[in-house]
Amino acid sequence: MTQAASPLEAERTPVIEARGIYKYFGAVTALEDVYLKLYRGEVLGVVGDNGAGKSTLMKILAGLYPPSAGQLYVDGQPAHFTSPKDARDRGIEMVYQDLALAGNMRIDENIFLGRECVRRFGPFRLVDNAESMRRAKEHLEKLKIEVKSVRQRVEELSGGQRQAVAIARATAFDAKVVIMDEPTAALAVKEVRKVLDLIKDLRNHGIGVILISHRMDDIFYVCDRVMALFHGRNFAEAPLAETSRNEVIGWIMGNKSPVAQAAKILDLN
Amino acid sequence: MATTTTDAQLTARERSLRVRLIPYIDRFGILFLVLLMVLVGAVTQPDVFLTWRNLSNLPGQNAANAVLAIGMFVVILTAGIDLSVGSVLALAMMTTAVLARDGFPPALLVPLPILIGMGVGLVNGLGLTKMRLPHPFIVTLGTLNIARGLANLVSGGVPVSGLPEVVRFWGAGNIPVGSVQIPVSLLVVAALYVGLFVFLQYTRTGRHIYAIGGNPQAARVSGINVDRTLTLAYVLCGAMAGLAGLLVAGRTNSGFPNAGIGAELDAISAVIIGGASFFGGRGTVLGVLAGVLVIGLLRNILNLNNVQVFWQQVLIGVVIIFAVFLDVLRRRAGSANE
Repeated sequence: MTQAASPLEAERTPVIEARGIYKYFGAVTALEDVYLKLYRGEVLGVVGDNGAGKSTLMKILAGLYPPSAGQLYVDGQPAHFTSPKDARDRGIEMVYQDLALAGNMRIDENIFLGRECVRRFGPFRLVDNAESMRRAKEHLEKLKIEVKSVRQRVEELSGGQRQAVAIARATAFDAKVVIMDEPTAALAVKEVRKVLDLIKDLRNHGIGVILISHRMDDIFYVCDRVMALFHGRNFAEAPLAETSRNEVIGWIMGNKSPVAQAAKILDLN
Repeated sequence: MATTTTDAQLTARERSLRVRLIPYIDRFGILFLVLLMVLVGAVTQPDVFLTWRNLSNLPGQNAANAVLAIGMFVVILTAGIDLSVGSVLALAMMTTAVLARDGFPPALLVPLPILIGMGVGLVNGLGLTKMRLPHPFIVTLGTLNIARGLANLVSGGVPVSGLPEVVRFWGAGNIPVGSVQIPVSLLVVAALYVGLFVFLQYTRTGRHIYAIGGNPQAARVSGINVDRTLTLAYVLCGAMAGLAGLLVAGRTNSGFPNAGIGAELDAISAVIIGGASFFGGRGTVLGVLAGVLVIGLLRNILNLNNVQVFWQQVLIGVVIIFAVFLDVLRRRAGSANE
């Protein structure tokens, strides 16, 4: 297995790290002795076929599930998440594959869901809708996302716009790590490019991004490193410069191409 | 992703009156139904309907339903249901009546039914969230029976007559304001509705209730404690059922174990007629009020016109279907495939 280790990386602390992660769902072993490292200002692509364990691993990193065994580290410190709130408090945000947006609520309400803007009225803390809409508008403009109005309910938006709102939610609160699960799956071509450029923007601001994707074009446009899971275990990993589309596709299918390995040994790439 | 539009760029169609009215029909449509009923009442019984004597009866007659309905609304917003409220009303009422008869300190008799209601609400909430019973229909079906049985056990199946002044005050009392006697029950309902409006619109927990109804998974990943919020909703609904029990006890000056049979269905009817979605996440407090008024006015108008009680039931059923159908039409107009 190719290790991603430049001399510089060996000195840096990963912004998030998982070691020896196991996850069981009843009789099913979803993850077995899985590790992952992500550094600040880096985009890590995670590939693997359906059922390989990618989404499960991400949900553990985001605090949705506890690992059955293993340990997480944030900036080198051990981390135990009992809920997504804990993960968010440590700066880890996730954009879910099904977006996890409440269609019946406004754009700004979704962006601040669980972290609503409040104002004090005597002994009470009341939701400040004006502030919420103002901040949401500001944030969307910063991300160069265009919508008719933040008053719109999310159910009125197109797929691409909803994706943008999900990303806006994950980036509204000084995230250190943003995990994205198939963010371009349902998007039109122009929208895909916008999301990928946004990911590059996040990276350039020093945020660590994990991108789960099946799309080689996306991975090879935006990632710095790519790792593959196969049947719940780590399968392969390489910096993007040291691998190819065909090799990564092979990883998804569980093939470490002998030709590629031989070519590497003989330095033919 | 759509580009920003300015007013000047809105199409002729978007500027047309019909399309611009849609958001208003959305929010206030149900009030038209109420106005329609008032018109029907005024037209069919011009000498009686709009008199103070008639109208001043309405708060007392509908207070219990109004209270039950607002509690039911909170639960329905979470895409849940509470079938036990009628039985809880009876349990709260009977326990209060029996304890009053046996010399319980009258001052404590007022919070007691509310606490009993909260207790059953807690059982409902925990049954749903801790026992993980698959749907609130199941949990509350169980407590419907349990509470009704307990109401009968507590009373030996026999009604109790004569309650202390303090209880009668809440159910049937009046507060003089100038030359007018305002029913206490009206003030209670008004305070509750305003309070719950503020709660649902302007508190974080209130917004979480809407979010859970819209997409419980979205609420969960946003760090909302869904179990705790759901339990709170059912405790609130139970409290309302208990309060309704107090109001009915005060109004009838008695406790009877058959109280509230079918009351849960009236409460649900009011919520649905008022425009809330049965699937959660949608509805307004104003809508619930309108729903309560529609049912109350319907019964009042039919009574004044000497229509048989059974026709009232038929018509309420028709109104439910009609009101929801209007809602369906409105939604289709709002997202019409034109």
